[in-house]
Amino acid sequence: MSDVAMDAPYRPAALDRAEQGLLGKPIDRYEGPLKVSGAAPYAFEQAPEGTAYLAIVTAAIGRGRVTGIDAAAAEAMPGVLKVIHGDPRMPAGEGNSRAMPTMGGDEIFHYGQGIALVVAETQEVAREAARRVTVHYDEQPGRFDAAEVEVQQDHKLGFLPPVNRGDLDAALAQAEVVLDRTFTTPIHFPAALEPHATLAWWEGEQLTVRSSNQVIGGAKGTIATALGIDKDRVRVLAPYVGGGFGGKTGVGQEAVFAAIAAERVGRPVKVALTRRQTAYMVHHRSPTTQRLRIGCDRDGRIGAMGHESVAYQNDDSAFLEPVPFGTLPLYAGEARRFRTDLARIDLPATGAVRAPGEAIGTFAVECAMDELAEQLGLDPIELRRRNEPTRDPTSGKRFTTRRLLDCYDEGARRFGWDKRESTPGSRREGEWLIGMGMAAALRGNFTVNAEAEVILGADGRATVKTDMTDIGTGTYTILAQTVGEMLGLPISAIDVVIGDTDLPPSAGSGGSFGAGSACAAAALACEDILTELALRMNAAADDLRLKDGAVTAGGRTSPLADLVRDRPITARGKTSPGKESQATSQASHGAQFAEVAVSAITGEVRVRRMLGVFDIGRVLNEKTARNQIVGGMVWGLAYALTEDAVVDPRNGRFVNPDFGEYHVAVSADVPRIEAHFIEEIDDSANPAGAKGVGELGIAGSGAAVVNAIHNATGVRIYDMPVTLDKLLSSLPPV
Amino acid sequence: MRFTINGSKREADPDIRASLLDVLREEFALTGTKKGCDHGQCGACTVLVNGRRINACLTLAVMHQDDDILTIEGLGSSDTLHPMQQAFVRHDGYQCGYCTPGQICSAVGMLDEVAKGWPSHVTDDLSAPVLNDAEISERMSGNLCRCSAYPTIVDAIREVHEA
Repeated sequence: MSDVAMDAPYRPAALDRAEQGLLGKPIDRYEGPLKVSGAAPYAFEQAPEGTAYLAIVTAAIGRGRVTGIDAAAAEAMPGVLKVIHGDPRMPAGEGNSRAMPTMGGDEIFHYGQGIALVVAETQEVAREAARRVTVHYDEQPGRFDAAEVEVQQDHKLGFLPPVNRGDLDAALAQAEVVLDRTFTTPIHFPAALEPHATLAWWEGEQLTVRSSNQVIGGAKGTIATALGIDKDRVRVLAPYVGGGFGGKTGVGQEAVFAAIAAERVGRPVKVALTRRQTAYMVHHRSPTTQRLRIGCDRDGRIGAMGHESVAYQNDDSAFLEPVPFGTLPLYAGEARRFRTDLARIDLPATGAVRAPGEAIGTFAVECAMDELAEQLGLDPIELRRRNEPTRDPTSGKRFTTRRLLDCYDEGARRFGWDKRESTPGSRREGEWLIGMGMAAALRGNFTVNAEAEVILGADGRATVKTDMTDIGTGTYTILAQTVGEMLGLPISAIDVVIGDTDLPPSAGSGGSFGAGSACAAAALACEDILTELALRMNAAADDLRLKDGAVTAGGRTSPLADLVRDRPITARGKTSPGKESQATSQASHGAQFAEVAVSAITGEVRVRRMLGVFDIGRVLNEKTARNQIVGGMVWGLAYALTEDAVVDPRNGRFVNPDFGEYHVAVSADVPRIEAHFIEEIDDSANPAGAKGVGELGIAGSGAAVVNAIHNATGVRIYDMPVTLDKLLSSLPPV
Repeated sequence: MRFTINGSKREADPDIRASLLDVLREEFALTGTKKGCDHGQCGACTVLVNGRRINACLTLAVMHQDDDILTIEGLGSSDTLHPMQQAFVRHDGYQCGYCTPGQICSAVGMLDEVAKGWPSHVTDDLSAPVLNDAEISERMSGNLCRCSAYPTIVDAIREVHEA
């Protein structure tokens, strides 16, 4: 096995010599024809004959205990197979490899928590029977109002400990210019279009679960722990996942419920959450209050930077939104304080939603930088340029690739930033006030463990296997491109097998680490294959030239199939973090630009165009990478303008738990969007040289929109999203 | 009950509570039609009934005796793709693929509406709609794509329309 820990920068030499010309190219998705024809099977689909349906009974109170469940009416319905409650293995919430929810209790942590299961022959019967289950509660007063709950400074939640460098208060007191602003961001739902769904079946002692899950290797262990069985008895499949956005990183209640139900009725069982259930049984992004303080001199050189926030969590869960994660390495400043305080609340769990930290932290820091630039009379890009650090200003570590300044320059040039009016509210087209805004984008890069197996078969075809998922991220395609590039094969000669925990373990899809790590592992496996091919050619591996299924060395050319014959070559690659990962500060970067039109009459905001330039290390597939980045930019647009889950503080229910009232972006909200890449392969990130893509696009894009609104109108809103009602009263006279 | 589904006569005895969507997916195993919200809010279940696009989750199966129903499977299979399906692949008009069959069925139905001269909210000349990008976006806004591949979806539809 080719096992490369990132103790030093590493790049497979064969990638530099490659002649196939596949990697990075904007080729169509490998699985595209299956997706556009409806043939790609998601978790709930293509179930075995005899599969029963599961419906979940959920809590109708916000806090308290279940004192009794009367299932007689449901059990009496024709077609009902079983009503299950009180099983000690039933989890109160979502679990993951680090944290398990309370099991088998009767405690209600939040409204909408799953408490009983109905298994029936059909979906219609299951659904109706679930409504006939009567639950008795001991209802207790709940903490539902984010404005009222107690804030704890001393807590152990989250992966990001507080940072205190120098004396922030003293530095602010001495600074010539100080900006002190408090921002708020609301609850965001991940809202993948495929609702969480699981199909579970037992064969003897062996459980198979097909689930809409981003990280199936982790899910396997979590499900086993929940059921109290050995990990080897669980297999998780996820060949297609209809979006995740963080919401499918852990194991939801429904997956464990399906496994329990399948065991209890002795048949395969499947369940899909209803859309409204996803609001309660899937974690959401915590609302936040963020105080941003910046102290600088009159030239804009920052000496003090504070980003102090409050985020929320319920009593059953252990995650905490790492709000300042993206601010840590962004700008210079000696005195620094970053912390996120905890407030416990009786609502569904908060958790990682696309770009935890950056997605909302950038609203505060990037809108504050815009306002500071205005106060100083500086162009917002110039202020950022003056504070571009040469080393990580928080950890002191050296950066790997960081092309942020180039992103500003190229973005400004492509966008036409020089046409921006520096005086807000000075450009008008009839009813519409026009403005431009920009923001920096940064998303920390993670180096993680991943393995892959590559088999070069007798027919000269290659197969790559790993337990990665493709949640729309392009995994199938970039794995095929990597293997094709390394082995000199066209895409048509490569099979990609993923989404099955019987395959070599990957990192899964989360934290933007999936693409780089999985492709690195596949490339490393290919390196071993090249070594073996060189032996068979009696040549040095460095001398091999591979293209279109043929290998040339020492003047001889041979089809790969002839070299393999009856001796297929199987190789395994592994990548993992190492000393270089520890010693460096790594991130993807970008510059976001937006132009908006704001109606002077109604306050309606229309985003006219967006443009971003991004530094993501090696671009593995220009087409899928761009699409994913643009998707992230659209998320930022929606975070700036519409997405806002509202809690009823009387009872802990969501006012808008579905797409009718929780407004994700639709096509009519989305303008032409350009995304460009400045490619510099990052050999310190992983052997593929690729940094994260999936979350970067959302970082800063919403702030660029909010800054453009200010440039258009002169109004600054600190409470996201910027809806008409918040803007209207401050707009200039019509 | 009798339906014509993708050109074939099919029979079923659906539960009177069952939506057309659930009967297509669970009874006829036509799982290309997706369930995203079951409330007519996302468009993932869009199919063509007697040539018009509808949300299959908002209509009961028992209301469709003898109706002609076209699902994504009837539009084209993975080796014989419809031009709209090809355009979605070429332009990368998707990511996770879950909303995609609904987007494609909706786009096909939408182009037919434009061909018939039906105006939309953003049409300037109500007597002769011109299908620009704003029209495409407006007419496709009943189909959510949480991956937000909207720009490339518009590219794909524009190309098919102009072809």
